[in-house]
This record gives sequence, C-alpha cells and structure tokens, in this order.
Amino acid sequence: MSVAEATPMREKPRSGEPLLRLQGIVKHFPITRGIIFQKKVGAVHAVDGVDLDIYPGETVGLVGETGCGKSTLARVAMRLHDATDGTIWFDGRDITRMKGEDLRVIRRDIQMIFQDPYASLNPRKTVGTIVGAPLRLHKTVPKNQVKTEVQNLMELVGLNPEHYNRYPHEFSGGQRQRIGVARALALRPKMIVCDEPVSALDVSIQAQILNLLNDLQDEFNLTYLFIAHDLSVVKHISDRVAVMYLGKIAEAADGNELYTQPKHPYTGALLSAVPIADPNLSKRKKRIILEGDVPSPINPPSGCRFHPRCYQMRSLGDPDKQERCRTDEPQLVPHGPGHVAACHFPLDARIIEDLTETDTGSSG
Amino acid sequence: MPEPLLEVKDLRVHFPTDDGIVKAVDGLSFTMAAGETLGIVGESGSGKSVSFLTVMGLINKKSAIVEGQVLFQGQDLVQMSNDELREIRGPKIAMIFQDPMTSLHPFYKVGDQIAEMILAHEDISKKEAFVRSVEMLRRVNIPQPDERARQYPHEFSGGMRQRAMIAMALSLNPDLLIADEPTTALDVTVQAQILDLIDRLQSEFNTAVALITHDLGVVAEHCHHIQVMYAGKIVEEGTAEDIYYRPMMPYTWGLLRSLPRLGHDTDRLTPISGAPPSLIFLPDGCSFSPRCPYVFDECHAVEPELLPIDGHHAARCHLSLEDRERIVAQEILATS
Repeated sequence: MSVAEATPMREKPRSGEPLLRLQGIVKHFPITRGIIFQKKVGAVHAVDGVDLDIYPGETVGLVGETGCGKSTLARVAMRLHDATDGTIWFDGRDITRMKGEDLRVIRRDIQMIFQDPYASLNPRKTVGTIVGAPLRLHKTVPKNQVKTEVQNLMELVGLNPEHYNRYPHEFSGGQRQRIGVARALALRPKMIVCDEPVSALDVSIQAQILNLLNDLQDEFNLTYLFIAHDLSVVKHISDRVAVMYLGKIAEAADGNELYTQPKHPYTGALLSAVPIADPNLSKRKKRIILEGDVPSPINPPSGCRFHPRCYQMRSLGDPDKQERCRTDEPQLVPHGPGHVAACHFPLDARIIEDLTETDTGSSG
Repeated sequence: MPEPLLEVKDLRVHFPTDDGIVKAVDGLSFTMAAGETLGIVGESGSGKSVSFLTVMGLINKKSAIVEGQVLFQGQDLVQMSNDELREIRGPKIAMIFQDPMTSLHPFYKVGDQIAEMILAHEDISKKEAFVRSVEMLRRVNIPQPDERARQYPHEFSGGMRQRAMIAMALSLNPDLLIADEPTTALDVTVQAQILDLIDRLQSEFNTAVALITHDLGVVAEHCHHIQVMYAGKIVEEGTAEDIYYRPMMPYTWGLLRSLPRLGHDTDRLTPISGAPPSLIFLPDGCSFSPRCPYVFDECHAVEPELLPIDGHHAARCHLSLEDRERIVAQEILATS
C-alpha cells in the first residue's frame, strides 16, 4: 500500500471566513538594563511576522523545536500576550486591542489545554472546583447546576463523575490531562489551543488523549490549533500543518503533502528525526541529524534563518547560491495548492525519497 | 559462552507502605552481555526505572525489601555495602537520567561537576581532572568545550545539558551505561542527536547500554535486544526483529498500535484501554488481563509463565501460539 492509496485524511470543507486570522503577528520581548532608568538594549524576536488562517472545524498543527516561538504565537492569538505588531481577527472581529468585558466574552470562545498536566492544575483544589471554575466565572449556567454540568463534562472526557471531590494528585498523568480537557471544554468554546497536550504522556496514554480530542472535535465542531514538536503526532491529528522556525513559518501545507512533498530542508530534517518503530526501515532510511540548537532569537541569523544549520545549502557547492542564503531572506512562495515554503533552493524529489520512504513496507 | 556482564536473577523490589506492599519489581531475570544495547520498554509505573535504580544500588534498603541477585561481573550488588557500591558506581556502572534540567547542580560549573566525578575515583590533580572534563565535553560534540566547561548549567540548552550528563557518565569509561528515558524531555531533533551520540560513543568505548524508554519507536534502531515490562515483570523479550515483526504478547501489540506513524493515514489510533494497574493490588492471573482485548477465562485465574517461543524470544500469554500468530498477521501488522 502506497501513501497515495491510503485512506485520505478527514477532509473538512473550508467554509467561508476563517475563525482565527493572524496577520503579520510580531512579538518582541524587550531586554532591558538598569533598575530605575530602564534602557532597552535589545529584544527577543519570539515571533517575527506570522500569517495564519484557521477555518471553523479544522485542526491546524504547529510544529517546531523548543524556542521557535510556537507557544508565544499561541499565547498572542489568545491575547495572553499583547502583539508587538499585527492584527488578530477572531470570528470576524479585530481582537488585537480588545479590553475589558468584550475580551472576557471572547475568551469564552477560545480556550487552552497545556502541556504539563502536573503544573496546570491547582493541587489544592478538587476536580469539581477546577473544572467548574470557568462556569462560575462566566456564569454560563446557574449556580445550582454547576455540579451537574461538571459531572457531565467529566463523563464526556472519560472520567468517573463520582471523582468530583478528588484532588489532582489522585489521578494519573493521562487522567489529569483529561481534567485539563474538561476545563477547556466547560464553556463550549469554538476554538481550543492545545499547547503540546501529549508531549508529557506515555505513548499508550497519548493515543487515548489524541482519540478523545478527535471525538470531541466531531461532537462539538471544535477548531484546534495543535502545537507539538513531534511531526508524527501533529500529522496524525491535523488537517493542515505549519512548520515554524525561529519566529517565522518555514513551510505550511496539508498534512499528507507536507509528509510526501516537503520543500523546506528544515521540514525534511524534522521528518527524518521522527523515530520509526520498524528496525529494518530505520536502518535503511537516511537520517539527517541537524547540528546544534536553534540559534538565539535575540540576534537571528541574516538571510535565511535556517542557513547556519542547513544541509541543503552546504550541498549546493556554489558560493553564489550559498551567499544568497546568507544574505537574502526567502519569502513564503506557493508550491501547489495550499502549500507554501520559504526556501531559495527547495528539496528536490531525490532527497525527499530518501527521507520519506514509507514504513508501509512492514505491513506488506 | 562468555560470562555475562550483568545477570539479574529473580529480582524483587517491594516497598512497604501504609496502604500495602508496592510490588515495583516482581521477579525480574535477564542478562546483558558486554557491549550490548538492551532496550527496556514500558509505561510509567511498570518498574523499569526501579529495577535499574536497584542495579545502581540507588534504592534505599531501609525503605525497600530487595530480594534476588544482581550479579555484575560475578559480584552480587544486592549484598554489597554502600562503600563497596561506591567503587562500582561511576567507574563500572554509570547512569543518565530523564531530566537534564534537574540532574546537574545549578551552583557549580559544568566542567567542575564532571571533574568532581573523576576526582572522586582517581588520584589526579584538580587541573588534570578539569582538562579531562573538557576533553569529555569535546567528545560529546559540545562546541567550544574550553569555554563551555566554565559555564553554569543554566547557560546550556536542554540537549547540551544531556550531552554534559553523558560526558560525565562516560568520563570514567564504565562497562555499563544506564540511560533512563534520556530523550523524553527533549525535542525530536535533539533526540535524534542524542541517540546518535550514544550509538557512536558506545562503539568507541565498547560500553554496554541499557536504554529505558516508553516509546517503542526510540529503541527500534538502537537496540539489539528489547524487553517489554508490565507491572514489575518482563512480559515479552526478544531481538528487535522479534518485537516489531513477530510480537507475541497483547501488551506489545498495544504499544505498537498506539504509535502515530508518519507513513500511515489513520483516523483513529488504537490505544491500550484503561490505565496500568495499582502495584499494591495486582489483578489475579495475568496482570494485563483487565486491559487485554483478547482475554479469556484462564487469564483471570492463572498467571502465565514467560515461555520461550524461539531462540531468545519469549512472552507471557495464555493464548495459543497459532492464535497469536493469526492475530499478529491479521490485525497487528496490517494496521500498525
């Protein structure tokens, strides 16, 4: 069975206007010196000009290494950080500078699930209090019905409603993440931002949570922005995937397309880093090991931000071309429908073949 | 057959608590040859870390009941005093931990921390020890090791801290390196770097490596032998080929099917239902029976033995071999 013959991923109609539209989002964190007279001496360029549209009912995956700005972008989109520049549209309204009661109402529609289920739940509050908190704050249900509603939510995410009065430490990691999901779901939001929701979990539990997120999406027509550093997880759950590197989007495409036709060398490296549960295949496969870490976002490299780690650039062999990578910053250019990549010298078919040899071999 | 490097015989580690006895490791036996890479796979709470902490002598004997034998180069580590163990830990057996953020001391320079390890075991000057720690940092591919050795852990990224831990662990050229989830806290790209590094250093130093992980993807490429642990016991062991192409235990099947795979498009993953059992009240019969989709009467009554299938491959399961082969062919390999 080849990839092309495999069942297509859930195709969702992209209807009308995007639910969330990010336009030219920039987020710089100032670095200051001095205690009384603070002088700005630099800035961490966490997010440096990102455009992203998310349509109702779809799942957009955001992948990248630690420090690439993916969590900052999500937090900006949720208005937990104020954008330095750019515009955030949610449900047709500009929420970039929204304040007070208006913002509070918007927050009902956009909720978040966090990475660490151990740190994101207050250890001194019972599950009932934690999951019920959004309901009490936003007064979406009458006081005397909060308990029933919380128990419904607990049942929905696969927790025993009788555990209403238990504390977070009495639950396992997977169950805690379910509590986080129930809390995010309490206000029946339109969109949920999932910030590495399964990275801290065992693989067997990870699969349970991914399935739960899938089911909830079908039931409530939820829109997800799904953040992770593992491309196999992101590809599994997402309709479209955006790859982020050092504050910018390096490549964005449909999940399958990104896997079969990666254009940006960084995407290629991320694909090749995913461990394969198939010893023969992983021995055959050529693995690209990226050297070093993501460069400091305080002084991002000139030209293409990926060039100091880029194996494609080194293989070019032509100094003029290499100079272009060093000095000229590539823009996102289309490579087919819905597929954009920012690279002067995109990966060609031969390299892609080495990288993406499918692990379907084992099943035949 | 040469003498094995490590031979664990019927190891039991039980922790008495107010609620009952936690049977973290319950009858574990295996051997490791010199220079071999062994993968230990299992969920949180399956006893994989505790069993290797026992090998390291890091289990407090006041709070735990340790029975059985851990023979390392013929010596029983369980019977050793702390002073004797200190001679083994470091020069003979070293360990790296999951979280590189918490396993380095934040107050001391990285180079000094590595040098301290060398000084504790060898009669050399501080200066020489520091030079050796710089050399070790160079060998684990840390750029500018001279400067880096004089920096503090917070100036290192996560991947570099894990490299520093590996440098420290290998600085006395141990015979056995225990890597307890060394890449779980790291990005996939850094994970690939670290696993590659462990592979390379292993052939350079001829160190045996025990790689503990919960992710079957990680061990596929790097391990000769794999053992799958569940509730304090080995439920299946074999070569990488056995485990991936001919798994013979429903728990291994569950682990394989939980993995999202890049080359496949599936709408739903097939997770293992439920959660690992409490190690205080283990289910009767097979400890996996409450979560096993293929369970039948005998599973609840009798605990299955770890029976050999062929060669080194062995599994604990009451299902007949024919049934399991059929299930593997029809359901497991076809969908995973």
